[in-house]
Amino acid sequence: MEYHLTIPVSSETIKKLHIGDIIYITGNIFTARDEAHKTLLEKEKNTLPFNPSEMALYHCGPLMKKIKNGWQVVSAGPTTSGRMELFEDKFIEKFGVNIIIGKGGMGERTMKALQKYSAVYTTYTGGAGALAAELIEETPMVYWLEEFGMPEAVWIFKVKDFGPLIVAMDAYGKSLYRQPE
Amino acid sequence: MNKTRIETGIITLIKKAETELPKDVITALKHAYEVEEGIAKIQIETILKTVELAKKSGRPMCQDTGTQTFFVRVGNDSPFITTIKKLIIDGVKQATLEIPLRPNTVDPFTGKNHGDNTGDGIPSITWDIYEGNEIQITALPKGGGSENMSKLGMLKPGVGIEGVKKFVVDEMIKAGGNPCPPTVVGIGIGGGADVSMKLAKTALLRPIGKRHQEQIIADIERELIERINKSGIGPMGLGGKTTVLDVHIEKAHRHPASLPVGIAVQCWADRRSTMVIHADGTWEVQ
Repeated sequence: MEYHLTIPVSSETIKKLHIGDIIYITGNIFTARDEAHKTLLEKEKNTLPFNPSEMALYHCGPLMKKIKNGWQVVSAGPTTSGRMELFEDKFIEKFGVNIIIGKGGMGERTMKALQKYSAVYTTYTGGAGALAAELIEETPMVYWLEEFGMPEAVWIFKVKDFGPLIVAMDAYGKSLYRQPE
Repeated sequence: MNKTRIETGIITLIKKAETELPKDVITALKHAYEVEEGIAKIQIETILKTVELAKKSGRPMCQDTGTQTFFVRVGNDSPFITTIKKLIIDGVKQATLEIPLRPNTVDPFTGKNHGDNTGDGIPSITWDIYEGNEIQITALPKGGGSENMSKLGMLKPGVGIEGVKKFVVDEMIKAGGNPCPPTVVGIGIGGGADVSMKLAKTALLRPIGKRHQEQIIADIERELIERINKSGIGPMGLGGKTTVLDVHIEKAHRHPASLPVGIAVQCWADRRSTMVIHADGTWEVQ
């Protein structure tokens, strides 16, 4: 099935999604890699400068260019999600994120959290950064740029029909990835 | 006096690698598109679209513009023998601003990003010397996701070549979708720990489809391609027929007690470009 979704999406919508479905999303997404996951988890939700619950989480360290009135996205494909396995179950629980975008798949702990809190892990083609950048309309904000540097900072992107994203792990404990023997 | 000119050449070299895949890689990806179906085909389609867009727009195809890695053959009579290292480093700094490249050099202790893709020991430069007056540079910007799947196995010689093959196939199955398959796998066998890893990375320089000159090694390359592709990991680990685009093996003689096996993994964005600097300071990039 193919879906075009506007973020934020309800739990009911998440429950309609199954592995192998293709989705395109419109709305706000925020990037977070290792450093950002670690830092955000140390903070209280109401002290954050943005509301992660209203956005999709993108495992991405973009290549950005400073321009006159802000930032231009040069290339922004997904990074390897496996590194975030250390944090993701707690992250889903604490911030209520229900669409994760990454590549390469995640582990058992994340899988359980996806089921418990009705969330999906989706994947955009790794390395397709130039193409992904075309689907990002605006970069309204960036946080922790000084402290973390360009790849690890939290970037807020406004996207339109961002995809194709493949639902690779759903809220029913199913995964497209080959399980380790 | 030719400093600026050569530096421009280095920037052109890096830009070429970051924005245009070599023909052999595109041919292999197009073949993958033909044989795949469903979700796997969508992955390859997205890859081919981004490759085309990168070339057209001059933007790096992947946001991970990699660790700047160079293999340099210096002619002993090149007038740039003493300056080439600095020219490469300065070229990397300038390319970071001009192309642009993502700043990818972080101090392991402080976590501070150096901001210009240089730092302690980086860019990575492998030197070789030959009799002549030119300098040949190959750029191989190396992404982190695939680099993280590198492996070194200090195997017991008793396991033999069959044990080597098993080690490689098992590790590539464990890597799954993480290194952005379909990948190119470089394998270094023999030498010592460091030599095998260096050989593995050097093996990535060989074009896709080119077999090792020794028949026995060429046959093992073919066997490994078949065995890894049979795993069904497929493009991006989402299932499919194409997990590797190629497997390249290089060897060195080993210590009787050791059987080192190095594995270097390159993502589908098998970015390579080469440059020749002539004695008069003129250059060409391919």
